[in-house]
Amino acid sequence: MKTDEDLTSVIDEREMPSSAPSEHFMDEGRHTPGKIELAFNKKIYNYSDFFTLQLETPPKSTYIHSLGSIDELLERDLQREKDGFPRKIRIGKLVKPAKGGKEKIVIVPTTVEEKFLHDTRIQDPEEEQNSGGSGDGEEGSIIGEEPVHASGGSGTGGAGQGEGAEHEIESSAYDLGRILTKKFELPNLKEKGKKRSLKRFTYELTDRHRGFGQILDKKATLRKIIETNINLERIPDVTDIDLTNMLVSPEDNIYRILSKEKDFESQALVFFIRDYSGSMTGTPTELVVTQHVLIYSWLLYQYERQVETRFILHDTEAKEVPDFYAYHSMTVAGGTRVRSAYKLVNDIVETHSLARDYNIYIFHGTDGDDWDMEGEETIPEMKKMLAYSNRVGITITQEASGGSGISTLEKYIKKSGILDDKPKLIKLDTVQEDANEARLIEGIKKLIS
Amino acid sequence: MELINQHTKQIMEGCKERAREAGLRFQNESLEYIVTNKDLLELSPKNMIPTIYDYWVHDVEVLKEKGKYELYPNNPYETVINTRPAMSFYNDNNPDWLNVMIFYHVLAHIDFFQNNMLFKHTWNEDFAGQALSDKRAIAMLRSEKGRWVDYVIEFARGIDNLVGFYSELSELNRPQEIHASKKVDYYFDVFLQAVKKVNLSEYLKEIERYNETIGQYGQVGESVFFSNIIKKYPEFEAMFEKQDKKGKSGIRDVIRFIEENSLFLQKEENRWMMTIIEIVRKTSLYFQPQIRSKILNEGWASYWHEKLFMNDNRIKGNEVAYARVNAFVTALPRVGVNPYALGMRLFSYLEEMADKGRISHEFQRIRNADARKEYDAKTGKGMEFVFRVREDFSDFMFINTFIGQDFIDKHKIFVVGKRLNSEKGVWEYYIKSRNADAYKEMLLESLYHPPHIEIDEKKTSEGALYLNHRFEGKPLVKEFIENTMLGIEYLWGNPVKLETSELVQEKPATEQSFYLYGFNLPKTVRPEEKKFQVCRVLYTMEKKRLTRSLL
Repeated sequence: MKTDEDLTSVIDEREMPSSAPSEHFMDEGRHTPGKIELAFNKKIYNYSDFFTLQLETPPKSTYIHSLGSIDELLERDLQREKDGFPRKIRIGKLVKPAKGGKEKIVIVPTTVEEKFLHDTRIQDPEEEQNSGGSGDGEEGSIIGEEPVHASGGSGTGGAGQGEGAEHEIESSAYDLGRILTKKFELPNLKEKGKKRSLKRFTYELTDRHRGFGQILDKKATLRKIIETNINLERIPDVTDIDLTNMLVSPEDNIYRILSKEKDFESQALVFFIRDYSGSMTGTPTELVVTQHVLIYSWLLYQYERQVETRFILHDTEAKEVPDFYAYHSMTVAGGTRVRSAYKLVNDIVETHSLARDYNIYIFHGTDGDDWDMEGEETIPEMKKMLAYSNRVGITITQEASGGSGISTLEKYIKKSGILDDKPKLIKLDTVQEDANEARLIEGIKKLIS
Repeated sequence: MELINQHTKQIMEGCKERAREAGLRFQNESLEYIVTNKDLLELSPKNMIPTIYDYWVHDVEVLKEKGKYELYPNNPYETVINTRPAMSFYNDNNPDWLNVMIFYHVLAHIDFFQNNMLFKHTWNEDFAGQALSDKRAIAMLRSEKGRWVDYVIEFARGIDNLVGFYSELSELNRPQEIHASKKVDYYFDVFLQAVKKVNLSEYLKEIERYNETIGQYGQVGESVFFSNIIKKYPEFEAMFEKQDKKGKSGIRDVIRFIEENSLFLQKEENRWMMTIIEIVRKTSLYFQPQIRSKILNEGWASYWHEKLFMNDNRIKGNEVAYARVNAFVTALPRVGVNPYALGMRLFSYLEEMADKGRISHEFQRIRNADARKEYDAKTGKGMEFVFRVREDFSDFMFINTFIGQDFIDKHKIFVVGKRLNSEKGVWEYYIKSRNADAYKEMLLESLYHPPHIEIDEKKTSEGALYLNHRFEGKPLVKEFIENTMLGIEYLWGNPVKLETSELVQEKPATEQSFYLYGFNLPKTVRPEEKKFQVCRVLYTMEKKRLTRSLL
């Protein structure tokens, strides 16, 4: 499947299996390409002596390597703008080196050198691609086939390797969040009440101590001296105190000392909901996943990693998946019932009474198709959601050219008047399918403003 | 990065002797380095040339997917680079027998670099040394001008795929027997064609007349010839002198044109930019031949490593291990195109054909299949012929000239198609064609080919630089146009226009997703509704703003 490389999140699949050197090359595409597809797409320029002849593997560029000078890069980018040139650093690239079957998702800053180039992307999806081959067989005979959705296409794929993958994204997403906040000046979050204590302490000079300590608290000390002297009946008239005639005991000195304080912080719970019905295949999915990565990163930074995430996929039925990898890679081909997803969110929140302890954010990406033409089932669930959440952000992707106008979902949400009733709780953003990174970030600003 | 040890170097020297005996020609000195993973990371953005200038983009993970090979027309992991002496890079744990194989491969590459005509402009200089001095020049400028150096590098790199590689070559490879004066050149190349726009027959008549005059009057022929022309075109003399005074190179590449004509660059305070632009241009020119000779170069190297390895008495006993590696390198894949395998087979095939005298007019005229099969003139010219091919051909010529049905049939090669079987939910790969022309077309389509963009000097005279993209079936990558033109505008100092073609999709009838058996199907547009139309459009970049209009 060809991805639109203009997106921020291009998954660059560096196929470098340790044993089979025949697959030492890079290839683009969202899904894990099959063996035949790899061979089919391998161009003559993919071959090099290093990998073919010396059986060497491509050097692994680590994520640290690319992030080493991130601050310098951002500064340079900012300077570009001041000098009157558009910014050039892009972020949100997912590099997915696959070694030994383990998937990793890493986000790194990237850039591209623009030139006048021939656009070799297929203009017409009906057009057939060609490559070479050799061996026996009649013209027209099929020499191999591979499923369209090669991996994670069914079941709960990805669950096994989820742990590692999620950890991987977490470590880089925080940095991405930092970059996003700085670079795109995304707003900082307002604190919405401190809700849950965390095992985190700060040290402050808050405790008082008599006799010794770090700093003499003069006011408290004076008060104590007067108290002592009143007790000793050395102050006959409290309206006229003679300070020169006081008895001062060393015990009266009050000091401040460092003390351990528990810190309370707000905590966020984010639901990411993605429509993975048939109509979402390709660009819409890419857009939604990209935007959700960016939102996730931003929240992670905002809440200093105190973000819990739940991932929900839906077509006509909704299901929760354990990690981001499963979330971004799964595709099916079914119809759409938005209600199912909203209901699942409501159920989860209710059963675990999450609303009490968390700031809850819900982000939903869809192309706006819904069998529930009037929203009769969806709207009530949505209202329920709005009762406890801090923000519901819905992104609707729209076909770039000749689209069919306003989508079902958008239509009935607008009709219901929710957007006007609760403008602070729910935001809706419609993006064209050919949106670029800047547009997506604009969208995020809109969703979280 | 360290040099290989003496033991391994000795093996290399042995390989050189044997390769030379077999007819390969290359400089005696070479440098072999052991590289580590870290070295590779540092070298690959610099295309394995350790001394190339520093540029911040090299330190960033670069999005390479879109038009990967057009953006970076060279292999980031070259094993051997075209410097003097040639440098090559190795893994530190290759066994001796494998090193022998790789060394032969490398030596054939060096032979190719130093003899193929595409590389002619690199023969008289050591690029590593050149790059080092360029790197220093840029570092010096950077300490003076700061980040503006990087902007200029960026903008110049934005058009470095439009360097006039072939015009540079044709200048170098001008046949010696032609020693026409500038005036004659101007008359035939520019005046008649661009100014007078005479038709072909008239043009040929003029050439005929010129040859006759020269034949008749010898030394003074030229002045006699032009004395007639002044009568016919009184303005000719003045125009020629004007052109001559400008002293322009006549090379029509975009970078060169900007260097020579940009009023912005000619300002005293901006002259330093020229240095950088020229460095970018020269670096790009250096890399041009590599990507235009991938199949040829790898084919040549594979052809020789096989020949030489099998005859090398030093590594007897490793034939099986060798066979395994060699099969991996040079086997024709069931699906895909392997330049090693294809190039090597084509060279072997050509050697055989030439040995039998089949690359000849006589052979071509034979229509009888049996007679063709039997034909053998026993010329013994096979080796000589392949050496000529390695000298004079590029990938395009190699494929376009020599891929024929006999070759395709001999190696059972075919075109593979890929189509969607929506019922089964699978991609099907199938044998699409065994026709040589179809295969040739598929290959040619996959070769590197930068867009052809020329300067329209006439329209440029109004101040704005006018670029004309000759449409060859593929539009330009739209998203890149703006920033590329922004860079050109900066260097040119005035507005820039780009005339190009785009495919505009006619709007299909709006279609609602429809419901079928409980499923809403993916929105599809029926193929017959999808119509593309090629339109000529004009982009204008003025004061950092891009506008687009239909022509």
